[in-house]
Amino acid sequence: MNVALAKTGTGRAVSDLFTSAEGRLPGSPAVIAVRRQAFETYERLGLPHRRLEEWKYTDLRALVGEVLPLAATPDAAALSRAAEAVKAHGFAGARKLVLVDGMFAADLSDVKALASEVSVKTLRETLEKESGDLLATASTDAMISLNAAMATDGVVVSIADGAQLSAPIQIIHIATAASASAFTRSQLRIGNGVRATIIESFVAAGAAAYQVNDAVLVTIGDNADVAHIRLMDDAPDAVNITSEIITVGANTKLNFFNMTTGGAVSRLQGFITLAGEGSELAVNGVNLLKKTEHGDSTLVVDHAVPHCTSREIFRAVIDDRAHSVFQGRIIVRPDAQKTDGKMMTRALLLSDEAEADNKPELEIFADDVSCGHGATAGALDDSLLFYLRARGLPEKDAQALLIQAFVGEAIEQIADDDLREHVIGIAERWLERRS
Amino acid sequence: MALLEVKDLKVRVEEREILHGLTLTVNEGEVHAIMGPNGSGKSTLSHVIAGKPGYEVTDGQILFKGEDLLEMDPEERAAKGVFLAFQYPVEIPGVATMNFLRTALNAQRKARGESEYSTPDFLKKVREVSKSLNIPQDMLKRGVNVGFSGGEKKRNEVLQMALFEPSLCILDEMDSGLDIDALRIAADGVNALRSPKRAMVVITHYQRLLNYIVPDFVHVMSKGRVVKSGDKQLALELEESGYTQFEDAA
Repeated sequence: MNVALAKTGTGRAVSDLFTSAEGRLPGSPAVIAVRRQAFETYERLGLPHRRLEEWKYTDLRALVGEVLPLAATPDAAALSRAAEAVKAHGFAGARKLVLVDGMFAADLSDVKALASEVSVKTLRETLEKESGDLLATASTDAMISLNAAMATDGVVVSIADGAQLSAPIQIIHIATAASASAFTRSQLRIGNGVRATIIESFVAAGAAAYQVNDAVLVTIGDNADVAHIRLMDDAPDAVNITSEIITVGANTKLNFFNMTTGGAVSRLQGFITLAGEGSELAVNGVNLLKKTEHGDSTLVVDHAVPHCTSREIFRAVIDDRAHSVFQGRIIVRPDAQKTDGKMMTRALLLSDEAEADNKPELEIFADDVSCGHGATAGALDDSLLFYLRARGLPEKDAQALLIQAFVGEAIEQIADDDLREHVIGIAERWLERRS
Repeated sequence: MALLEVKDLKVRVEEREILHGLTLTVNEGEVHAIMGPNGSGKSTLSHVIAGKPGYEVTDGQILFKGEDLLEMDPEERAAKGVFLAFQYPVEIPGVATMNFLRTALNAQRKARGESEYSTPDFLKKVREVSKSLNIPQDMLKRGVNVGFSGGEKKRNEVLQMALFEPSLCILDEMDSGLDIDALRIAADGVNALRSPKRAMVVITHYQRLLNYIVPDFVHVMSKGRVVKSGDKQLALELEESGYTQFEDAA
């Protein structure tokens, strides 16, 4: 290996990390070769920094500094803490698939309770018994490459054609190890005509200052109806960089939602390709940030074929010296006539030092489309606050009511009543922590 | 003890003095009308009593039930029984009217150390009052004042007045933007709330409203002071002679 490449100190640390972790990474020698290639891609790029357009507002070299060593395989004490976290953060009635410190925890998961149309394997066994295909993506993103190099485990879920799942599937990532990294990679293959709800949750069980790098590869067939809800509720000093690469078939409805309520540095980067005609995509998101938290939602919607619609509603509430980033890009390919794509992002700044970067982008190569975007940033309306206080609401309660209404515009896009209430509950706890 | 005592009140907004020493005493059960031309300081008085930020009181005091109102936050004043019916009630998208009403009522009760209203009792009360004010139930499910007509917004203010049972109601230009039928419904709602324990201060530009809400006392404001006080006859005289006579007196 050529180590004469110029590297930052951080790049060197990861290089050491890879070498030292190599023995613990699952996969045959062929898979390790794939990992090594991914690692070399990462090494060439280094940690993303502000001179890369995609990472302009989230400079990981400045914000993260170093990538921490791999978390140890969780022991009995860690699993017992994780079991408590599953109780606290599990969505009632969901079939849970639990990853603790980057390792699948079979005893905490409900694999046996899954519907017969759902099959689950671990990434680990797939890499050991099958191939390294799941580590390959077309992406040239440094963090996705790093994920391919380092992923220790994940879930490989297949939902057969026509399955109508009454119970949601909830993938819960739990961090129990402080000052350590978890790299996970999962695949969701959702067949034709499937009706399903997928929830992904990121939480801590006593851990602080941990790092998460997760990647999820999703394919959804034709005529499906899928709700995909992500809840990034990490410890306040955690780092979470997570990538979703989603391909949607024809005449499918996908309702994608992400809410970030924690993490010193977090980024969801979603790449959603509408690859079949007649599909309807809703992408909604909420960032609730305080102290010095940095939360980034970068969402790329790629209209590759004609006759699809996409709607994005994004809301950020930013307190103290926190920093919210929204990058929304809609790409309309030359053939994607009759595309209807809209995005609206609004930021609510609760302090003079709060910062919001909104970057909506439209890249339109077809000529018969309807696309639009809007972005606003502002403070709470004083006249509304006074009205509520004049009716007896204490200032913090009045603010909370207005903040809930503000983010409600995104949260109410979640169709399922119980799930929407669950998400509202997490937002309310954030508001309580604020006051 | 008077319910409300405004003593020699001087108020500035952004370096400009709006009230130049206003005095007003309101006792329980009384209805006072405050009339005056645009810019005489009527709305400023209502805002300062309710505690709206942005006003600087440079002199004088406001006592409510003997307590210094100016030391209290707006929410404390509300819990003590001060209610301002806004001239322009704000629209609050995303906050359902019913949720708002319950949250506000319970916040006031909590501040007074009272138990929260039970949901059935609350709903029963809202239904009763909204029916008498001709407020359809589906309006209560919408965002606060969102898409309401001018008349509906004012009726929503009266609904809140009936629910919160304040001891002092200040009606700021309740007649603005209302046609005669809407005005009658709102005024009937207000009249139903008149009681020996409750006082009202009706701020209006026109005598018309006072045909519906008949005051015990009428005060004329000009240039930041009360320049004349009398009974309801004074309002009728004003209708004849206009405000110009007071411009010089002030």
